[in-house]
Amino acid sequence: MTVLLDVAEFSKHFPVGAMPGAFGRLRRRFAGGPEKIPKVYAVDDVSFVINEGETVGLVGESGCGKSTLVRALTRLIDATDGSVKLGPRELSLTPSREFASDPDRARIQMVFQDAGDSVNPRFTGFEAIADPLRRLRKLSGKALTARVEAVATQCGLPLQLLSRFPHQLSGGQRARVGIARAIAVEPDLLVLDEPTAALDVSVQVVILQLLQRLKKEFGMSYLFVSHDLSVVRLLCDRVLVMYLGKIVESGPAVEVFEHPLHPYTQALVAAVPRFGENDRERLRLSGEPRSPIDPDPNVCRFYGRCPRGTDVCKITMPPLRRFGDRAVACHFAEEFLPQS
Amino acid sequence: MTASPALSVEGLCVEFRTRGGIVRALDNVSFSVGKGETIALVGESGSGKSVTAYAVMGILDPAGRVTAGRAMLGDLDLLAASPSKLAEVRGRDIAMIFQNPRTALNPIRPVGRQIADVLIRHGGVPRSKAQAEAVEMLRAVGITDPARRAKAYPFEMSGGMCQRVMIGIALAAKPTLLIADEPTTGLDVTTQAVIMDLVSDLASELGMATIFITHDLALAGQRSSRIVVMHAGHVVENAPTKELFEHPRHPYTAELIAANPDSAATLDELASIPGSLPDLRRADLPPCRYSERCPRKLDLCSQPLSHSAPDAGHIVACWNPIS
Repeated sequence: MTVLLDVAEFSKHFPVGAMPGAFGRLRRRFAGGPEKIPKVYAVDDVSFVINEGETVGLVGESGCGKSTLVRALTRLIDATDGSVKLGPRELSLTPSREFASDPDRARIQMVFQDAGDSVNPRFTGFEAIADPLRRLRKLSGKALTARVEAVATQCGLPLQLLSRFPHQLSGGQRARVGIARAIAVEPDLLVLDEPTAALDVSVQVVILQLLQRLKKEFGMSYLFVSHDLSVVRLLCDRVLVMYLGKIVESGPAVEVFEHPLHPYTQALVAAVPRFGENDRERLRLSGEPRSPIDPDPNVCRFYGRCPRGTDVCKITMPPLRRFGDRAVACHFAEEFLPQS
Repeated sequence: MTASPALSVEGLCVEFRTRGGIVRALDNVSFSVGKGETIALVGESGSGKSVTAYAVMGILDPAGRVTAGRAMLGDLDLLAASPSKLAEVRGRDIAMIFQNPRTALNPIRPVGRQIADVLIRHGGVPRSKAQAEAVEMLRAVGITDPARRAKAYPFEMSGGMCQRVMIGIALAAKPTLLIADEPTTGLDVTTQAVIMDLVSDLASELGMATIFITHDLALAGQRSSRIVVMHAGHVVENAPTKELFEHPRHPYTAELIAANPDSAATLDELASIPGSLPDLRRADLPPCRYSERCPRKLDLCSQPLSHSAPDAGHIVACWNPIS
């Protein structure tokens, strides 16, 4: 398999209470230089690859850095450190501002959570889908109309709905507009940020099946961000589990969910409600996550909530270790490995 | 079910007057919840779950109007009660947990004070002792360092903690009935599990009846003893949880179960529900509001809706139920 996207040692830190202009300069000086200002380690030293035609799931609770990672990957914001390679090209050298008009912009596209919020409310469905085509493919006139209608049809959006505004469309139809506008420029990588979170189950099924069909037709790769593990299990080949800016576990989706190795993944899987099961005796996480502001680099991020945690976790950050096609960042991963 | 239920809703009809016409949001909704029992109201968005709760609590939008029905809390009909009587009952006998704790809490009042307010108004706690009891309440809902947290404002707390505060406010006066309207939507699954544990533990401790509103059928199955399935303002099925999952009688329930991502091994096996909710403003709404989407439709379905009970305690509103 060829690697499409290679992310290495990727970090994004935000200074706490950053201010532009003179106040910011004063504050930095009083703090003793920009490096003394506390920082939120939103994404901290993350490495992974996405292969061509692969669907990778990214799961984790709110505040773990999923969205920051995705926004940095899609070049909407600049990373603090690390590299992102799309094929042979290094993307992190191009500032995000300039990337908007880069020829490779069309190769990474994004579907946002609710097209009702992410599409310009004054754009009709047609305009929303035509916008990236005008900017990135320089289409106009009949060619543009033909392309928009073709994409809308592929996404199962009736053509008479194209003249409507987002608020006149149902949730499922809006999701289709969001997908159509992302795939209109034929990207290689589609990043989906919880595309079905706002939908009812019956509509969710249709949208997930649409995504799977489109992937087969166009051979795209997906990075699918979700907190719904049962959806990730159905759609994804591989899954990355994030906790407080770090990837704590990765591997084939089915294996990770059936035999989670990291205590956090175990708690995550145990927390998913399932049909006809009473889970009162299952694993529960107590307490709140550690603060992401200037975390101690020698303490496991999960320490304090972890049911397995010992004194070792307090003095050594567990590295991400490989076990075949899986990887886990836990000192005690061996204990949970299936005996074979 | 016990002999006298904690709350019994009978034939509840609610209409909303809008510019586009009258929306018949609820039509003949009936169910009851026994003392100490937990039931779940399940349905897709627009099915009338929350409107049911709001009507019972007497907090419907001014455009909404209860046109028929009763909601009996013991001997008191909540729908006919005077506003002052309702104000007394709300908070003391019935309490509600709302979907988004951040917007439901008062943003400019420390959370401890908000709990103390309920204790003073409904719990009969003297003003001098209210703050101390509020701190105890925060401890009971599992907030660490409650004395310090009591002085915090909602924006200083995480979503899960705000929801704990909401639960604290709702349970402060030890109500007999708790209505939880999607209490964990928007929270992480790990937090969801902990919050749901907290609600069920406190409910069983206080012997409280709970109406749990959710769109997540799997979560409802885990947490309730009885499930009421709603569709477009109708109760289509009302059955004990185990029975409902094993033998769904209404075609809509069966499709909802089949559409849940947990119920299939691959994406292709998942079934979708064709069509969408009917426009509730239409004058020619069919008696069965599911009939236009239904794969088991018969000519009989244009007759007024029939409620049958194939088994004891299992009610289904369908002319052609799955046997």
